[in-house]
Amino acid sequence: MSKLLNVSASPHVRSSAATSSIMCDVLIAMAPAALFGIWYFGFRAFLIIVLCVAASVLTEYIYEKAMKKPVTITDLSAAVTGMILALNMPVYIDLWIPVLGCVFAILIVKQLYGGLGQNFMNPALAGRCFLLISFAGQMTQFYPDGVSGATPLAALKAGEAVDLMEMFVGMIPGTIGETSVIALLIGAAYLLAKKVINWRIPVIYIGSLAVFVLLLGGRGFDLGYVAAHIMGGGLIFGAFFMATDYVTSPITPAGQIIYGVCLGVLTGVFRIFGPAAEGVSYAIIFCNLLVPLIEKVTIPRPFGREARQNGKE
Amino acid sequence: MNKCIERLYNGIIKENPTFVLMLGMCPTLAVTTSATNGLGMGLSTTAVLVMSNAMISLLRKMIPDKVRIPAFIVVVASFVTVVQLLLQAYVPAVYNALGIYIPLIVVNCIILGRAEAYASKNDVLSSAFDGLGMGLGFTLSLTCIGLVRELIGGGAVFGHVVIPEDFHISIFVMAPGAFFVLASLQALQNKIKHPVKKEEQGDAAMACGGCCAGCMDTVCAENHKKIQQAKKMSSK
Repeated sequence: MSKLLNVSASPHVRSSAATSSIMCDVLIAMAPAALFGIWYFGFRAFLIIVLCVAASVLTEYIYEKAMKKPVTITDLSAAVTGMILALNMPVYIDLWIPVLGCVFAILIVKQLYGGLGQNFMNPALAGRCFLLISFAGQMTQFYPDGVSGATPLAALKAGEAVDLMEMFVGMIPGTIGETSVIALLIGAAYLLAKKVINWRIPVIYIGSLAVFVLLLGGRGFDLGYVAAHIMGGGLIFGAFFMATDYVTSPITPAGQIIYGVCLGVLTGVFRIFGPAAEGVSYAIIFCNLLVPLIEKVTIPRPFGREARQNGKE
Repeated sequence: MNKCIERLYNGIIKENPTFVLMLGMCPTLAVTTSATNGLGMGLSTTAVLVMSNAMISLLRKMIPDKVRIPAFIVVVASFVTVVQLLLQAYVPAVYNALGIYIPLIVVNCIILGRAEAYASKNDVLSSAFDGLGMGLGFTLSLTCIGLVRELIGGGAVFGHVVIPEDFHISIFVMAPGAFFVLASLQALQNKIKHPVKKEEQGDAAMACGGCCAGCMDTVCAENHKKIQQAKKMSSK
């Protein structure tokens, strides 16, 4: 009988998923890209990844200790931030610059706004944009294997041809984690299979960018050009790992679709009409700011309530 | 004389226009790319503020209440023109660096605010000192912000380079840096001036436990709405 009388408050459906297990999955999903980066760029890439993760976790620990808050480094979110930032760094950067970026990301963007769940934009991307504005020269110098070269997107912008197969495998200049599409897709497949992320944001993002490039890229119906845009400039990395951040993306299904379209269109605008070759980071942090508005207009109707008329309840 | 010193203290510390009243944010954020610019802007504003406060105080019985704002603006604009021409003649470097922000002193809220709130109601001497205090407070804040931005972003102190170029974090001399530095200095002065009271107990009767930082007011807003609805129902 006691079973029947077991009355409890909601939620009634529980899951074993915790912040730390989700963050751990994200770290595992980034491992292929990170390992490829270390193999392709050498020991220095490993050093940058370790430094970034350590700096992020340490910043969070010191801030929370100093402010007498519960220490949340075991939820691994700081490690994820550090990892994403590290994978966004060019490999021959001065080592103190990524560390500064991590401190900025954790301290200013995440902790000052109240820690995990309260940050209004993706801390790792805000850190990257902070560094991109401050150290434009160092942040955009890519030397794969010691040879200077332009990134595929910069080459495209200059009107040169690019090798799609090399872009797919990752043998191109770029930041540590963004070059290899195949390694990123393995990680993305892992996240999708574990249901850590759903397909909406990345697929809509990539799809709308593809349509935008096809229509307004100025090359007519050139699928190779579209493919290069999709595989270059960290779009895959951004779409699967950064745009899907729980805190800074909409939770309503319709909102996720709107968010994805905004991302795709903005990235296209930045890439094709802007002065720089790449636009993923700026598009994502800009759309992060739109998220509260998107969620506000796409709140689903609660079961049993009448539909709103003319915006009034 | 006491009143004059009180006015100076009020303007510089107690009601500092930048950090306490949050007035004149536009020039504060825009021109403080270096300490020199901040100082120049602050001093120009101080000069205008002292003269306009004194003049408006002199004219306070003559200005009809209905047209006082246009009258204030005419007075302020005349003094701004004087200052602008003087700067152009004697310190062209500062004049060029400040650019449009000198004529814009006319619509600076500090100046109109002090004219409206103080000079139009008080005698000439205290009004002039009020202007001086406010102006010096503005100058101090702008110079501090400029100093920090110049040091971190450009590695220099009043134009003397002290940090090598590789370590300049140039975002601090751009627009976002102005917000970072303003916020940090503001937090610092709040920390010094208003130390946090220890162990403030929240109201446990409220759904959020009275911790207003935690819920970002969502719970309070919800509660408020319900209370209003309940009141409406009962009044019917």
